[in-house]
Amino acid sequence: MNHHVDHFFVKGDPMIYAADLMIIMTTLAVIFVLTYYKKWKWLWNEWLTTVDHKKIGIMYIIAAVLMMFRGGVDALLMRAQLTVPNEDFLDPQHYNEIFTTHGTIMILFMAMPFIIGLMNVAVPLQIGARDVAFPYLNALSFWSFFTAAMLFNLSFVIGGSPDAGWTAYAPLAEPELDPGVGQNFYLLSLQISGFSTLATGINFFVTILKMRAPGMSMMKLPIFSWSILVTSAIIIFAFPILAIALALMTFDRLFGAHFFTLTGEGLPMMWANLFWLWGHPEVYIVILPAFGVFSEVISTFSKKRLFGYKAMVWSMVLIGFLSLIVWVHHFFTMGAGPDVNSFFSISTMAIAIPTGVKIFNWLGTMFRGRIQFTTPMLWSLAFIPCFTIGGITGVMLAMAAADYQYHNSYFLVAHFHFVLISGTVFGCIAGLLYWYPKMFGHMLNEKIGKWAFWLFVPGFLICFLPMFFLGLDGMTRRVYTFSNSHWTDLNVIASIGAALMGIGFMVLVYNMIWSARYGKRDKTGDPWDGRTLEWATPTPIPHYNFALIPRIKRLDEFWYVKQNNEPSVLRSLPVSKLKPIHMPNSSGRPFVMSWLFFIVGFAAVFYVYWVAALALIGVLVCMGLRSFEIDDGHYVSVEEIKRTEKNRIKEA
Amino acid sequence: MNATTEHASRPLEYSKEEGRLRIFGFWVFLGAEVILFGTLFATYLVMFGRYAGGPTPEELFKLKDLLIETFLLLTSSFTAGIAVHEMRRGNKKGLLIWLGITLLLGLGFVADEAKEFVEYVGEGAKISTSGYWSGFYTLVGTHGCHVSLGILWISGIMIQLVRRGLNATTARKVFIASLYWHFLDVVWIFIFTLVYLSGMVR
Ligand code: HEM
Ligand SMILES: [Cu+2]
Repeated sequence: MNHHVDHFFVKGDPMIYAADLMIIMTTLAVIFVLTYYKKWKWLWNEWLTTVDHKKIGIMYIIAAVLMMFRGGVDALLMRAQLTVPNEDFLDPQHYNEIFTTHGTIMILFMAMPFIIGLMNVAVPLQIGARDVAFPYLNALSFWSFFTAAMLFNLSFVIGGSPDAGWTAYAPLAEPELDPGVGQNFYLLSLQISGFSTLATGINFFVTILKMRAPGMSMMKLPIFSWSILVTSAIIIFAFPILAIALALMTFDRLFGAHFFTLTGEGLPMMWANLFWLWGHPEVYIVILPAFGVFSEVISTFSKKRLFGYKAMVWSMVLIGFLSLIVWVHHFFTMGAGPDVNSFFSISTMAIAIPTGVKIFNWLGTMFRGRIQFTTPMLWSLAFIPCFTIGGITGVMLAMAAADYQYHNSYFLVAHFHFVLISGTVFGCIAGLLYWYPKMFGHMLNEKIGKWAFWLFVPGFLICFLPMFFLGLDGMTRRVYTFSNSHWTDLNVIASIGAALMGIGFMVLVYNMIWSARYGKRDKTGDPWDGRTLEWATPTPIPHYNFALIPRIKRLDEFWYVKQNNEPSVLRSLPVSKLKPIHMPNSSGRPFVMSWLFFIVGFAAVFYVYWVAALALIGVLVCMGLRSFEIDDGHYVSVEEIKRTEKNRIKEA
Repeated sequence: MNATTEHASRPLEYSKEEGRLRIFGFWVFLGAEVILFGTLFATYLVMFGRYAGGPTPEELFKLKDLLIETFLLLTSSFTAGIAVHEMRRGNKKGLLIWLGITLLLGLGFVADEAKEFVEYVGEGAKISTSGYWSGFYTLVGTHGCHVSLGILWISGIMIQLVRRGLNATTARKVFIASLYWHFLDVVWIFIFTLVYLSGMVR
């Protein structure tokens, strides 16, 4: 199959040459800057080999923001194409590639890492732990996600991008109908990043269950950490299914197996089932953590404890469970029959109930609260009405009979963007703004932040509200151009909204650059007057997080300690109690191993099996080396702790 | 992570916080493995009967190979159990011997399975022959790969036992590897009934 190597470099398109050039220039610039400022060693020691969850979280978020840029460019290209009828700025093939990479990147290489980044930053701090349960595995998770994202993005300039949609439906994505290597990129990069996500799920599941500070019973667990616990459980359930689905299609494509093919008695419908058995839980994997963020933010900036904490917890658990039994609502129209459709229709609608409970709880939290309109709070407030629209249209889609009308129309596109953008994206942004001072030691500019908000959120509404009507009017999704001039007006409006969102995103990024230089420094560690334990650590957070692990007596312990002026190690450290702290060592192996994964994937994409096999042996060798390594970590001395915490020490 | 709290009453592998954490983590990982194999079994069952004119399992499956493989793997799970028992008694030599026997049995299993696959391919049943055989090789092959990986893994642990002796770390490694090994045994029982027996009696 080595004729694929002849098409190694994608040729003939000016956009791709521009991308080639940009990749080369950026790489050279990075190498130059690192060499000029003699930063290689620093980069390696402080970042590439780190096992510190806070740094790993920051790297996840940086990667996610970069991917948001890439996915956003795809989106703007699509909107540019669809603004006016009969546009031919993109040809159909190119259009297919762009909506495929847009969807895949946004879900798997933007939303997922963003959320995983936030959980890395916040969860161990919230539960009063020194690190995650398996720090080395955590580093491996990050680097394998990162190399998988690089592998996926490389397809744009080398080999060609996947073009069968982020759902990769068979038989469309099978070799007969999709002979290039693009789909191989999709399968292998998702496989690697899926492995990374599963590892993260296991890691945080164990961390939250086993590493909470003494006294923190499950019903005293901060709500964001609860959302991550439920999310981790869904990950552990759902990601093995994705791994198998991808593996089966990979075997179809690489070894001529017949799982989803039209020949050999393969069964294309089985792909739809396996994909959505993972895919539906996946949309809840990205929404539940956002719910957690909103709950923290709304409670903090209403200066009130979360209304109905227990109801919040139980509704998340219920949503997690229901998310596993509704997958067929993604293909009501594919001939499942009335009984099956009815079951999945009703179970889908049932999700609206716990979701509604949560909305009432957020409103209840704000009721009679002292609301502060900070930027994270604004994003959280905007989320509530937008998400409600998304949820209501979801229930409309869940009516199986009606779905024959809406399915695969712009109505559906509008629905899932309403839930995903107002839920997940607003949630990620709110979380980033909220924890920003904890991560970087300075505040973001609130004024620039509000500009970003007032560009992005109205832009979002202007972009996606018209799509409901376009869908009802018969415009189908994934058309590369349209000729019906009735649709022009609404499409023009949508494109204007998209442009506003793009500008809003740029302002958001500009805010980070501006604030890095001029933003207000925060030395208190608690700039928002927070409620949960992460705000009890000094900023910058020592790598061991807590010099003394606190004992927890109630929910929002830190808040009540502050309110009542209680003596607590959360406020000052009695010197006599300090002891050396055990911490894990850094390691470069996760980095190396992940690039070996990259080589395995890249070689398999082009059917060069001997290279893939060699790299796979390399992976095994890395695992062996790890097993033989004697790595007992190291101790942080009391002296060092005293030096780090000198402002908080209480001699006694 | 407090690595120093020792609990005399606990088995060696549970004596350190780190060991307890890893053992629990491994149980969670096995939960994910259950879903993974569950999906493969479901796929296999859906693919059942989809022969596309190629050979059928009744024509190819041989009772002899099946019994040999089953005997080898089930016994190896038993010997792995004895190995952990010896470890609990602090008998390093016994532990090594029984682990060695486990490995030999595992190797025999993999060798017999490889032979079986080669024969099937020789008779025209390849992964590309039909949906059924795709499902068969993927399910049984995934299990076989797991066993092979287990052999490599346990060999590494044995070397460490020889070099570093029996301590909380090596004990934890042996214990986790034994969990893995028993798990593969359980999966085999399902393969035995759902794939081979139901494939042969039909
Ligand atoms: C009240 C809750 C919800 C209900 C009742 C609901 C219902 C539905 C239904 C029935 C469909 C399939 C429609 C069709 O294909 O014709 C759908 C599609 C979709 N939903 Fe939802 N949904 C809800 C919440 C969410 C959330 C929270 C997310 C994500 C965070 C989400 C993301 C999606 C996506 C991505 C699709 C389309 C996938 C595709 O075909 O590419 N939904 N929803
Ligand atoms: Cu769904």
